[in-house]
Amino acid sequence: MNNIAALFKARKALGLCVSGCRSLSSLAELPEMHQMMRQTCRDYADRELGPIAGKLDKEHLFPGQQVRELGAMGVMAVEVPEELGGAGMDYLAYSLAVEEISRGCGSTGCVVSVNNSLYIGPILKFGTQKQKEQWITPFTTGEKVGCFALSEPGNGSDAGAASTLARQEGEEWVLNGTKAWITNSWDASATVIFATTDKSLKHKGISAFLVPMPHPGLSLGKKEDKLGIRATSTANLILEDCRIPLGNMLGPRGSGFKIAMQTLDSGRIGIASQALGIAQAALDCAADYAHKRTAFGNPIGKLQAIQFKLADMAVAVESARLLTWKAAMLKDAKKPFTKEAAMAKLAASEAATFCGHQSIQVLGGMGYVTDMPAERHYRDARITEIYEGTSEIQRLVIAGQLLKEYAP
Amino acid sequence: MSRVLVGVKRVIDYAVKIRVKPDHSGVVTDGVKHSMNPFCEIAVEEAVKLKEKKLIKEVVAVSCGPTQVTETIRTALAMGCDRGIHVEVSGKDYEAMGPLQISKIFAALAKKEEASLIILGKQAIDDDCNQTGQMTAALLDWPQGTFASEVTIDGEKVKVVREIDGGLETIKISMPAVLTADLRLNTPRYATLPNIMKAKKKKIANMKPADLGVDMVSRVEVLRVDEPPTRLAGVKVETVDDLVAKLRANGTI
Repeated sequence: MNNIAALFKARKALGLCVSGCRSLSSLAELPEMHQMMRQTCRDYADRELGPIAGKLDKEHLFPGQQVRELGAMGVMAVEVPEELGGAGMDYLAYSLAVEEISRGCGSTGCVVSVNNSLYIGPILKFGTQKQKEQWITPFTTGEKVGCFALSEPGNGSDAGAASTLARQEGEEWVLNGTKAWITNSWDASATVIFATTDKSLKHKGISAFLVPMPHPGLSLGKKEDKLGIRATSTANLILEDCRIPLGNMLGPRGSGFKIAMQTLDSGRIGIASQALGIAQAALDCAADYAHKRTAFGNPIGKLQAIQFKLADMAVAVESARLLTWKAAMLKDAKKPFTKEAAMAKLAASEAATFCGHQSIQVLGGMGYVTDMPAERHYRDARITEIYEGTSEIQRLVIAGQLLKEYAP
Repeated sequence: MSRVLVGVKRVIDYAVKIRVKPDHSGVVTDGVKHSMNPFCEIAVEEAVKLKEKKLIKEVVAVSCGPTQVTETIRTALAMGCDRGIHVEVSGKDYEAMGPLQISKIFAALAKKEEASLIILGKQAIDDDCNQTGQMTAALLDWPQGTFASEVTIDGEKVKVVREIDGGLETIKISMPAVLTADLRLNTPRYATLPNIMKAKKKKIANMKPADLGVDMVSRVEVLRVDEPPTRLAGVKVETVDDLVAKLRANGTI
């Protein structure tokens, strides 16, 4: 009896899925519906996003028409139930969709991910039925996108230190403060925003709110001029006595930090998927070039130096992908997935920067110019190690979970 | 209100580089990416559009082949077809299967399903036969509107604008009829995620050619398959006289 108990404890310590979630054998071959869904997203990305991604990046253009088309396909609200206007699919399907879209255009993948995970995600999980109908349904079609406002000029990783304040005045909340680095800000029609309602309770005094955009008292800072994902808009949100009805609070008072952390847990799988798409695009570019470019009398793909790079890139992408799928499947099975999501995001974002870097190296001079997409993948990849939890934060999350498992 | 049969063929994806088998008996298909024939996609889109305009009641997607073709039928269902029919053909019969056998199957199905329209792609990108639509119409003694770039249903008649060598030809034919889709007929839609989910619940019926009284024996035997000859380098000449002289020298004129 003791042996069995010990075995069970050891299995748990190793984080093995005990029962209920899809077996690892299905990682190799996805279910038919997922394969079809992946194929339709890939077709869309190849035909509609690939050809314009360079232009979107160069001219900092928000892909409005493409977002509407993706909305019509259900990609802007993958997990949302059909009654609310979504596609009613699971998180694994969502991860596949984001990866394929990001492979075509990293910026568009980011818009899809932010709308699904960061804006719709918390409302789906913590909103009332009325809030879901008001704040989710119009955002499923691609006509409107949302954003997520947690970071501030004074705190990014230090999310518990929110200095944006919300005070009650009669039947309204009045918000004051500044939020920084908000993706989709200039193109969004609403935001999930976090503000302190009770300063004395520290991070337990933060609450979440829904604010339409534009709205009196809410203004946007200048669009940041970024290294990558330039088709998305990133700016400050400035709140000056921004008044919203009491019914716009999301979830119970004081649960804002919990909502933010849980939202980011899922959001990590989305960003991991975006990073995978960018990494795969970089690998595709390098592998294709290796066949075509000749040097020393042969295609460079025959040289071991290039082969080793391609092999390393492929291993990085595939292992990050399996981590991402596992995290998504655990979430779908309603099992704890915090550690796996952090591992996925860490692995995928580092794979993206690695592949972006090596892809330019394989292309040589051609990798450094805008004629080839390698330089855009390199620039797009970089943000994935920073937003939705820096690689350093991911390591803290993973270590925290691990140590809990090994606690005597 | 009527029922439409749409044929969908599973072919090697257009983007794949085709390789001939070492024994020259055919092309390599194992492990190679397959998808719906592009002209069949256009046919499905046209049928689904007619249904959305409420001009027809039901669209049935049909494919002939081994188990794998059900993927192609599911894609058609995800694009909006109502149900599917999988006519099982495998092994040697499948390798030898050609337009004549397919058109016999479609003719039998059209009678069984009481279809008013059969919409097919004008040709498949693997064999480029461009025969199935025409043969099906002949077997059924139905009118045909082939190479359609525009289809309009007007009561019991169909107006078809056909792409021909000289330009465009407009004909009016009575239903029941066979139409074949050309490139410019429409732009096929992407399967939406909700429709992919709905496709899961749509039925695909199974049957064998024998159930339809069709004999799959082929009168055609493929002797050998070769790659096209590698393109040789061209030669640049300075004047028209040089060109004429060279063409004379190699026997072209």
